[in-house]
Amino acid sequence: MIDQKVADASASSGGQQPQRGRRIQDAVIRLAGNSQDGIQAIGSFLARLAGRTDKDVMTYMTIPSTISGGPSIYQVRLGTGEVLSAGDDVDILVAFYQHSYNDHINTLRDGGILIYDSDNVKPDENQKRYRSVGVHITGQTVEAIGGTAKDKGKNMFVLGLLARMYDLDVPKLESMLQAYYKSKGDDVIRNVIGAFNAGYGYDIGRLTDTFKFVPSTNKTARKQVVTDGNQAIAYGALAAGIRFGAGYPITPWSSVMEILRAELPKYGGIFVQAEDELAAIAIACGASYSGHLSLTGTSGPGLSLKTEALGWAVMAEMPIVIIDVQRGGPSTGLPTNVEQSDLNIACFGGHGDSPRIVLAPSSVEDCFYVTLEAAKLAREYSCPAIVLTDQALATRVETWEMPDIAKLMQDLTPDFAPRGPNYKAYQNTVDGIAHHAPPGTPMLDGKYPVVTGLEHDETGHPASRPANHVMMVAKRRRKLQVLASRLPKAETYGPPEGNVLLVSWGSSHGPVREAVDKARAEGESVSGLNIRYIQPLQPGISEIMDGFNHIFVVELNDEGPYGYGQLAGVLRARFCNDKIVGINKTDGLPFKIREILNGMNERLKKTPGPALTHA
Amino acid sequence: MIVEAENLEVKEIRLTDRPKYTKKDLVADHPTWCPGCGDFSILSIYFKMMEKLQVPHEKITSIAGIGCSSRFPYFVNAYGVHFLHGRAAAFATGVSLMRPDLHVFVFGGDGDAFSIGGNHLTHAARKNVKMTYVIMDNFVYGLTKKQTSPTSPLGFKSKTDPTGAIDHPINPMKQLIAAGATFIARSHSHLPNHVMEMMEKAMQHDGFSVVECLSECTEFYPGAFDAANPRKGGVFNLVPAEHDATDEVAAYKLAMADFPGYFGVFYNVQRPTKNALEARLIADAKAKSENATPVELLQKTFARLS
Ligand SMILES: Cc1ncc(C[n+]2csc(CCOP(=O)(O)OP(=O)(O)O)c2C)c(N)n1
Ligand code: SF4
Ligand SMILES: [Mg+2]
Repeated sequence: MIDQKVADASASSGGQQPQRGRRIQDAVIRLAGNSQDGIQAIGSFLARLAGRTDKDVMTYMTIPSTISGGPSIYQVRLGTGEVLSAGDDVDILVAFYQHSYNDHINTLRDGGILIYDSDNVKPDENQKRYRSVGVHITGQTVEAIGGTAKDKGKNMFVLGLLARMYDLDVPKLESMLQAYYKSKGDDVIRNVIGAFNAGYGYDIGRLTDTFKFVPSTNKTARKQVVTDGNQAIAYGALAAGIRFGAGYPITPWSSVMEILRAELPKYGGIFVQAEDELAAIAIACGASYSGHLSLTGTSGPGLSLKTEALGWAVMAEMPIVIIDVQRGGPSTGLPTNVEQSDLNIACFGGHGDSPRIVLAPSSVEDCFYVTLEAAKLAREYSCPAIVLTDQALATRVETWEMPDIAKLMQDLTPDFAPRGPNYKAYQNTVDGIAHHAPPGTPMLDGKYPVVTGLEHDETGHPASRPANHVMMVAKRRRKLQVLASRLPKAETYGPPEGNVLLVSWGSSHGPVREAVDKARAEGESVSGLNIRYIQPLQPGISEIMDGFNHIFVVELNDEGPYGYGQLAGVLRARFCNDKIVGINKTDGLPFKIREILNGMNERLKKTPGPALTHA
Repeated sequence: MIVEAENLEVKEIRLTDRPKYTKKDLVADHPTWCPGCGDFSILSIYFKMMEKLQVPHEKITSIAGIGCSSRFPYFVNAYGVHFLHGRAAAFATGVSLMRPDLHVFVFGGDGDAFSIGGNHLTHAARKNVKMTYVIMDNFVYGLTKKQTSPTSPLGFKSKTDPTGAIDHPINPMKQLIAAGATFIARSHSHLPNHVMEMMEKAMQHDGFSVVECLSECTEFYPGAFDAANPRKGGVFNLVPAEHDATDEVAAYKLAMADFPGYFGVFYNVQRPTKNALEARLIADAKAKSENATPVELLQKTFARLS
């Protein structure tokens, strides 16, 4: 896909006549400025416009580590067809300041276009690598709407420039701007539209190429929605019927709790801001016990705190959904960067044998569906279910198909129908699954259960007899084995046999798929396998692995002392397969396609493996 | 779901004319406590109080942390939870907020409440979550066999302070007043009638009510509370009749008295409960969205995002 776009672009750098309306498949636009310039607004308007015009979109942004001001970027990749990553290289860089130019010019691809604010930026005039287009962004904005509003209007001016450059749907954009700024009053709207029109009217086509997206061939019947991953999780929880949550603020989890705090009351629910993460999960356990499936969530350090009560929920067989938005660790680590290094704590964190369900969404859309599924599984298996998402998924914006809410919405009204006689809260059933009766449920034989974290017998009574512990440990573990057997069979992306299998999970899924596409387009035998069910694993993985000479697990964590990361460690332990090797990185940024392919080729050089048997 | 709701109604009707239960119906396992442990008396008062008030059997909910005292729920034949050391108040918060039909009781020790659970106690109190917390204070860690507790007096010889405790103890009453609890009482397990009176008042209180009940650990701190036990030659000083329990400063002054101090209701005020405040948020939000159904609400949200 990357190759099709602007194939002859390098020729257009230098002094040639700009070309108008060149056909492109997708475009990667990076806006670099300071956080107060409203560059995020440009990005999110572009993203929402894409959703309304049958384009796919993925964004990527860095949040400055300081609260106010500071350099910030927003990258948008717009495309016709599936957009799987935020793009390795930038087609267009918009630089508001000298530091923006200095820091980001290297991300601009050869033959790309630099648009800079000539009031603030002095670019290298001798280079021939890309085309430089200077625009008096500050001056033009002041001219359009007056001096006082200049800092506020620059983003709208740039949005206008880009709308002209990419032949975007201006009436739709204008109506979005009107709707968005409606509450701010007429003056603001006048300035916004004024700045936008000035940018649009600037006719940047005199200075540089302009583009047109090839029309979409597979128009979907359903409308598109545009959200970030954390929104998808919050709305997924609402669709799942979750009406209670508790949490403690921590980046990048907080926005999930902020949404739920605002939304839940409308649904008759409550979200509690707890005193800490220990309390948050304890409160959520209490609400689940009371009969209402509950959610808690956190990032990094908070998950460490939650492991004590997580163990209780496993032992007490209490359904609960736990969201972990991974960030760089350990400790406070990299609070605003991505890492996939909580897999071990999610699967194994805590003392004792404590089997729990762990799922990892692979896209913004999947954040919605995985949360729904986690809620279903937690209830069905009376077991905590962890949703392992990450900072990249949490903060990026994607377009996805409008979910069918009427079909998906769950009603989890507690069941107070009398139980018994001989009701056993921890009945040792064949599949290990038993369900609690919420307090308030009459027991026909007058015997009421205690729910506990002490080892107990089937009725909930403390029992430390050796045979009982053996039985109950097995019961709790058996639930996961039963779940594993019921999961859909794993499937590869691309042929089920070949030379290289690239295994992904969570946010590395998109880049891995794109890497597979790219490698296959170059004639290489590469397939992908995404692991959505981290614990328990789906059936069929072993058979898939048998069909490949090389297995590389692509994950954003450290390769550890033995050369493989956290998911790879789980897969190695499970399948005793020493072909499993890691492609890891820890720079706090999402994978680039190039990094995956380079990693693959390096490893292939080291261990060429058996001769290629499959094409 | 509708079928179940119908079942429930049928059941409710039956429940109203069912025979009254007695203490015997509430007895579960024989307590594992040491002979003479003060906790026995609190358990039997709980039975007696429930028998008197006839709280529907299936609605009695007792929640505990970890400790000798926290074994409590196993000894009551009713819904019970044995949670984590120190975090019962947090757990009970979730139960209380989602289930206004239950009156939630929390039982636990001094270490559970004031040491590992100090933060949870503080925040449940300040939020005024409706529940009754009975702190069975024996001035020592019982379950783990005689370590210093946050209420152990200076000089108390324990396994972790063989030469006597050197860390200043917590004053439970002061701590609870400062935290914002809206009903605070103090009692002594050797005076069952007083305990019963305090627990009943606590239960009637609409908000976060707490009773610190001195409860002797005969095994590791025998005689700790003799000074307040008339049968052992001590004096049981009731809170003076003229004490104004709505006066925070007066309550604080009462709490300053040297051991064994006063017994009775130190503080009792009305402040909106978190339960009520959350219910109001829900009512307002529902009114604003004109009682839209969950499907309508979420569809509207997604329409906005498209
Ligand atoms: C996280 C954790 N830390 C420590 C313990 C061990 N522990 C159990 S009970 C207890 C203290 C008990 O003292 P108290 O709360 O006063 O209750 P008592 O036994 O005196 O009634 C301790 C330290 C535990 N169960 N969990
Ligand atoms: S150790 Fe103390 S507190 Fe524990 S049961 Fe025995 S007497 Fe009671
Ligand atoms: Mg104690």
